[in-house]
Amino acid sequence: MALRRLHGVRVPHHKITADLAAVKMPPPATVTIPMSMHIGAPAKPLVKVGDYVTVGQRIAEAAAFVSSPVHASVSGTVKKIDEILISSGRKVPAIVIESDGLMTRCPDLKPPVINNAEDFLQALTDSGIVGLGGAGFPTSVKLTVKNLDQIEAVIVNGAECEPYITSDTRTMTDNPKLVIAGARLLQKHIGAKRIIFAIEDNKPLCINRMRHFCKDEPGMEVMALPAMYPQGGEKVLIYHTIGKTVPEGKLPLDVGAIVINVTTLASIARYIKYGIPLVMKCVTVDGSAVRYPKNVIAPIGTPMKDVFAFCDGFVSEPKKVLYGGPMMGIAVPDLEQPIMKNTNAILAFDEADATLPETTACIKCGRCIAHCPLNLMPVEIESAYERGDIEALVQLKVNICMECGCCSFICPAHRPLAQTNKLAKAQVGAYLKAKKEKEAQEK
Amino acid sequence: MSMLVSTSPHIRNKVTTATIMRDVVIALMPALVASVIIFGFRALLVTAVSVAAAVLTEYLFQKGCKQPITIQDWSAVVTGVLLAYNLPVTIPLWQAALGSIIAILVVKQFFGGIGKNFANPAIVGRIVLFLSFSKTMTAWQFPDAVSTATPLAVMASGDMSTLPTHLQMFLGLKGGCLGEVCVLALLIGFIYLLVRRVITWHTPIAFMGTVFLLSWLLGGSFDYALSQLLSGGLVLGAVFMATDYATTPSTNSGRLVFGLGCGLLTVMIRQWGSYAEGVSFAILFMNILTPYISRWTRTKPFGGVRA
Repeated sequence: MALRRLHGVRVPHHKITADLAAVKMPPPATVTIPMSMHIGAPAKPLVKVGDYVTVGQRIAEAAAFVSSPVHASVSGTVKKIDEILISSGRKVPAIVIESDGLMTRCPDLKPPVINNAEDFLQALTDSGIVGLGGAGFPTSVKLTVKNLDQIEAVIVNGAECEPYITSDTRTMTDNPKLVIAGARLLQKHIGAKRIIFAIEDNKPLCINRMRHFCKDEPGMEVMALPAMYPQGGEKVLIYHTIGKTVPEGKLPLDVGAIVINVTTLASIARYIKYGIPLVMKCVTVDGSAVRYPKNVIAPIGTPMKDVFAFCDGFVSEPKKVLYGGPMMGIAVPDLEQPIMKNTNAILAFDEADATLPETTACIKCGRCIAHCPLNLMPVEIESAYERGDIEALVQLKVNICMECGCCSFICPAHRPLAQTNKLAKAQVGAYLKAKKEKEAQEK
Repeated sequence: MSMLVSTSPHIRNKVTTATIMRDVVIALMPALVASVIIFGFRALLVTAVSVAAAVLTEYLFQKGCKQPITIQDWSAVVTGVLLAYNLPVTIPLWQAALGSIIAILVVKQFFGGIGKNFANPAIVGRIVLFLSFSKTMTAWQFPDAVSTATPLAVMASGDMSTLPTHLQMFLGLKGGCLGEVCVLALLIGFIYLLVRRVITWHTPIAFMGTVFLLSWLLGGSFDYALSQLLSGGLVLGAVFMATDYATTPSTNSGRLVFGLGCGLLTVMIRQWGSYAEGVSFAILFMNILTPYISRWTRTKPFGGVRA
């Protein structure tokens, strides 16, 4: 256990959908499936316009080691393969499928045959599963560990520290057996000696349920952690569960830890058991503009507007719509944006919630420093950024900022500190790269 | 349908600059009540004039310079109250107003407004008045309108026979500035600020602790050290002036260093200086050192490797 607790902020929880079991929505008229729903190379389409596809059929293959295949989420006809503008501002290729409404399952789907660890990793690759906590890092890549003795603990992330989101909560309450089955697979195939289910203490039902199912499982334990944002941040979670500090530029594995999202784990078990790749996603639909907040199981690629419509639409005009939670979520420009593999919530806010308070002068109160989980000094970073002092930004270690947003949240002057950190990080990255290249040239 | 697009986070905490400053004003209220009880109605009048001058100066300056008006953030009110608390109750009202004008105009607005000033406005206002009008600024009056020496002056004179008891000093039955005398009221404010997380304990405790321990060491007795602790503007300064955000370090380690330095300088001035009181000079000096303290007391990033 950690000697002390890292800082953070107490955010309002708004977990009003926690008790609402996920409901499956009917197939939408069309789905738009981006080829880039993961970190790494975009997948390469395997189908062409006019092809008939079925649910679970592979429609794009992994284009590199760090990549992920993509599967059809509805049955129907491929209408278009075109570039779409996604919320990050990038253009990525996407396959548009017009649904026939039948949801015919691909006849080739069957549980993978697994005889050894290699088969397991291959199955993970085939499943199209990526980190569902939000990052979208291909799971097969994360679990490809050269030296299995390195792994001291697998931390199953059920913290779900973002306000509103309860999709992981529903995984733990609705499918605890799948979660345990996933954990057993990790024990068997990557030799996980210790598996820790890390859950924030504002989810007593999840904690109880997981404790109940862990009781007779050797090597599995549940850790209840204080509900303090960003408890679910990878570095924070590792420190609070096994007391290890992941150094700058290193991976969790370097300190013997693997962190895997609880819904990702359940999806692995589902694929191994039933052979169903990642084609559906449970998303929390909430926010002040939504009429009936729900947990919805939607086919990947479903336009947001259809998911909101399934929740009976809006009570007032949505002024800000997010992928993910209000602390780290991404605002979207329109409601055509599709549900992606790593989408765990879509939130729509009315005008009052969408409008942020005005920025005023920094009063140097130091709250941004006191609340930074990584002990950074956003106030100093802001001033160094404003005066263009890159050397100072390097010294201030802005590069390790995980963009959790605590500084902006807590700032009484409502300064966009996290935004400045992001801008400064990009500058520092470019600066260090150029410096390295220059040094290499001189040699 | 038009939607707002901005970077995360998309929510903000409810605490704002205005609520923080309002909390400081609330924390200062027990001392005002005590002051009116001890010195009478004029204490309220001096405070009102000082606050009005501070707020009006800020408003007129910003209006004249076509800057956004910031008087609604309560910070000028804080400065006005703090300056008044550093004045004897008999001060001519125009002098109280002048102190506020100097504090807001010269120390705060000329340096760029809230957050940009390097010295505590109320402290500089007090020091300017103290050096300019030393007669009216040291016309101490006891509750029953009899002029008297402050406990610090008594201690400096070496004749301890007229020193009030510790209880009297704690309750404020002593000569002194109108807001500094009642230690009880100031401590209530201190607790309020801690509970509301407006300030941390580091600076006040380091400041008062240093003064207490050093006075004990140099004065040789617990009684003497306690008298030093309960006298002059120490508690007012340590709780309300040495914790001003803009002019003190932003990290807890920096705040400890700041408090230690303030305590050290206060004792040096009180023991060996020509003034009986050293709190305001000590804080002003440490204000000037703040950028250096901040540089020495940077936090260590979690998992950071030295660049």
